Amino acid sequence: MNKVRMFDLKALIASAVVFAILQGLMAAEIIGPFWELNLVLICINIILASSLNMINGFTGQFSIGHAGFLAVGAYMGAVMTVKLGFSFPLAIIAGTIAAGILGFLIGLPTLRLDGDYLAIATLGLGEIIRICILNIEYVGGASGLMGIPRMTNFVITFWLMIAVLFFIKNFKNSAHGRACLAIRENEIAADTMGIDTTKYKVMAFTLGASFAGTAGVLFSHYFFIAHPASFTFMRSFDILTMVVLGGPGSLTGSITGAILLTFISAALADFPEWRMIIYSLAMIILMLYRPQGLFGNKELSEKVFSSLKGGKNNG
Amino acid sequence: MDMLTVEDINVYYGAIHAIKGISLSVAKGGITTLIGSNGAGKSTTLHTISGLLKPKTGKITFEGQDITGKPAHKIVGMGLSQVPEGRHVFANMTVMENLDLGAYLRTDKEEINKDLTDVFTKFPRLLERKDQIAGTLSGGEQQMLAMGRALMSRPRLMLLDEPSMGLAPLLVQEIFNIIKEINDSGTTVLLVEQNARMALSIADKAYVLETGNITLEGTGKELLNSEAVQKAYLGG
Repeated sequence: MNKVRMFDLKALIASAVVFAILQGLMAAEIIGPFWELNLVLICINIILASSLNMINGFTGQFSIGHAGFLAVGAYMGAVMTVKLGFSFPLAIIAGTIAAGILGFLIGLPTLRLDGDYLAIATLGLGEIIRICILNIEYVGGASGLMGIPRMTNFVITFWLMIAVLFFIKNFKNSAHGRACLAIRENEIAADTMGIDTTKYKVMAFTLGASFAGTAGVLFSHYFFIAHPASFTFMRSFDILTMVVLGGPGSLTGSITGAILLTFISAALADFPEWRMIIYSLAMIILMLYRPQGLFGNKELSEKVFSSLKGGKNNG
Repeated sequence: MDMLTVEDINVYYGAIHAIKGISLSVAKGGITTLIGSNGAGKSTTLHTISGLLKPKTGKITFEGQDITGKPAHKIVGMGLSQVPEGRHVFANMTVMENLDLGAYLRTDKEEINKDLTDVFTKFPRLLERKDQIAGTLSGGEQQMLAMGRALMSRPRLMLLDEPSMGLAPLLVQEIFNIIKEINDSGTTVLLVEQNARMALSIADKAYVLETGNITLEGTGKELLNSEAVQKAYLGG
């Protein structure tokens, strides 16, 4: 068995252990319903942050319209189960594909822009999607789409998250991933290496959008409702904050960022006015002392563990 | 035989007419150079050939195939590789990763390894620093890396955009020696330079570019001895 497969196996075992512990704690009711809800939310946010990281972190295309794709997934999934009576797995697939198609259609023209222009365009697009939904009577308009059955549970969310992470990790380490990283580093140089920069930018954008769609289906089927107010640009910024906090370009960073920020906002649920202050303070401190994010663009790997062990032996 | 021919291209940046009907040709196996002052349109010409810019009119032919308006990444695959001005290395990647990306379009592992050894023989400095982050290399080393990276795609024609820019005189000499070496091992070179004396001294054929027009052409020697060139570019 080669090194990569070995790592995958160990990661899978570690995931299973974490899963078993969390399940056990829930069964023993040490983790109550409030924290169970937040665990599901953490998993959804990890999917969102790591998928946005494919666009912002790996490929270096600054997108801040992720909530739009989350909304498309949430509504598409809800329409599938509530209106059309399809099963939940089909709804997940449909939500993923719908967001992906939209990402592709939007990505094709907008990814010709770069830097600030792309950020503004994606910000606008996220809002356009939300306002379109707001005006579609079929999906409930301003009052939202209600009566969505709770089909999402911790088990499904956790393992879907693992699957998405596994996909993104492999993408990053593939030739496609290297092309994306090259584009982030220097687009002109990437072009002169023979990398089709438009293709890879659109590919990363489409995949990122798809996974946001997946997260959307999970989201609406956990909270019984899909409401336009859940998908404002503030939501996009939340996701972006997770990516930036963890370190754009690092999958480990996105996971950490999502866990940390979801945890903080849950812990401060009784003091909503403090939440934004602490959020902002955390960002300011981070930008001052670690502008590249907690992990920079490094990954947590076995090398880190062995160097930690080495450090202990030396000390 | 001409490897590359450019026929009457016109290139615009918005409303600005940057290249006004340039024609030139690059003979197989030689070194062709394009000299001229700032803003003459040297880099624009090079970018148009490599596909980063598209000409409004005109035709570019590479090894008998029309490449006018083809996207840059397709042209690289045909055996034409560009070393962009200002080096453009992947700053946060190691020297090794940069060189790997140079061979991005290739799948022949053994041949790639052979070329890698070749690059390290030409640029021993890169071998010493192969695990160093490219952004921390000196200017000269970054230029070497950019050239080595371009060689990794095993080009038949290499476009070099101002390789001497911002380098110390000794390093300039070293870079030009390497350009000669690359040419001797069979790669045709199209060189754009402000350092006219250096460029003309190694060129088989040379063109002088002034505000979007070619005003003089001849062999490197002819231009080196031409009064007009001496006056304008060589400080004679």
